[in-house]
Amino acid sequence: MKLNGNTIIFKKEVPLILFLQQNKYDISRIAVELNGDIVPKAEYAGVLLSEKDSVEVVSFVGGG
Amino acid sequence: MYIKINGQEIETKFRYVYELCGNISAEKVIILNGYQTSGDYELSEGDELFIIQKGVIPGQEQLEGMMAARHTPRVHARVKAAGVAIAGLGGLGSNVAVMLARTGVGNLLLVDFDVVEPSNLNRQSYYISHLGLPKTIALEKQLKEINPFINIKIKNVRVTEENAEELFAGYDVICEAFDNPEAKAVLVNTVLERLHNIKVVAASGMAGYHSSNLIRTERKMKNLYVCGDFENEAGTGSGLMAPRVQICAAHQANMVLRLLLGIEEA
Repeated sequence: MKLNGNTIIFKKEVPLILFLQQNKYDISRIAVELNGDIVPKAEYAGVLLSEKDSVEVVSFVGGG
Repeated sequence: MYIKINGQEIETKFRYVYELCGNISAEKVIILNGYQTSGDYELSEGDELFIIQKGVIPGQEQLEGMMAARHTPRVHARVKAAGVAIAGLGGLGSNVAVMLARTGVGNLLLVDFDVVEPSNLNRQSYYISHLGLPKTIALEKQLKEINPFINIKIKNVRVTEENAEELFAGYDVICEAFDNPEAKAVLVNTVLERLHNIKVVAASGMAGYHSSNLIRTERKMKNLYVCGDFENEAGTGSGLMAPRVQICAAHQANMVLRLLLGIEEA
């Protein structure tokens, strides 16, 4: 699977929400694109990631 | 041949700039196709020439063309037809708005819920005389002084998941310029989910006085561009200061301009 352009290896399909938590993302500060489409927040729990997927996670830090 | 002088198309038999307007003097500024000239040039069909007398306030009909005279030709017509919404009028948004007004972006929506207070003045485009005023009103006053030929709409509200779609529908580009990271994420997610043809230019990471060169523009998603160093967060011991905030704002404004001109590459 690709995460932010880098190839990563995982053993089995995993729900997006779990993947984000395992990778220490703060769910309230991110936007996620899966294979070129934005994933609505409400679907984070329902989406399963497989090894063909390409995921882009953008994290925002404060300041402006 | 036909050329444009001070925004008006005329037919001329003159072939050189000096034939048309006499020699260059210190009181005269001559701009040919976006470039301020200091010598004589041969004219070609379709050239745009501006002859500006320093110290003379021109009439309304000439002023707009003169203000845009230094733009690359044909840029002004395109940006004048465009609409850009700026969400958050702090260090990023107020400076982005000033730059887009100077660029001549024809329709600006300014959105913020807050008033100008003293700690804003270290980086935001406001003055002592604005203290206590809603940021929308204080910024609108400045933009009208900078460029009276653009349409400005203001909304004095907090942007939420519930109102974002209604606020921003119909604009070409939305500039995310909030301070709070959760608010940034809510705006970006809501717009990308519900307004499919709108591009968002967001910002992340511009605190402190780290190297200017760490701040960059990246296309992160199909409709999302992010400017910043992506890591230096505002927090205790890490303040927000004018130089890096304005560098980041300038990245955003230039990305907005590029998108309005049809360039999608960051």
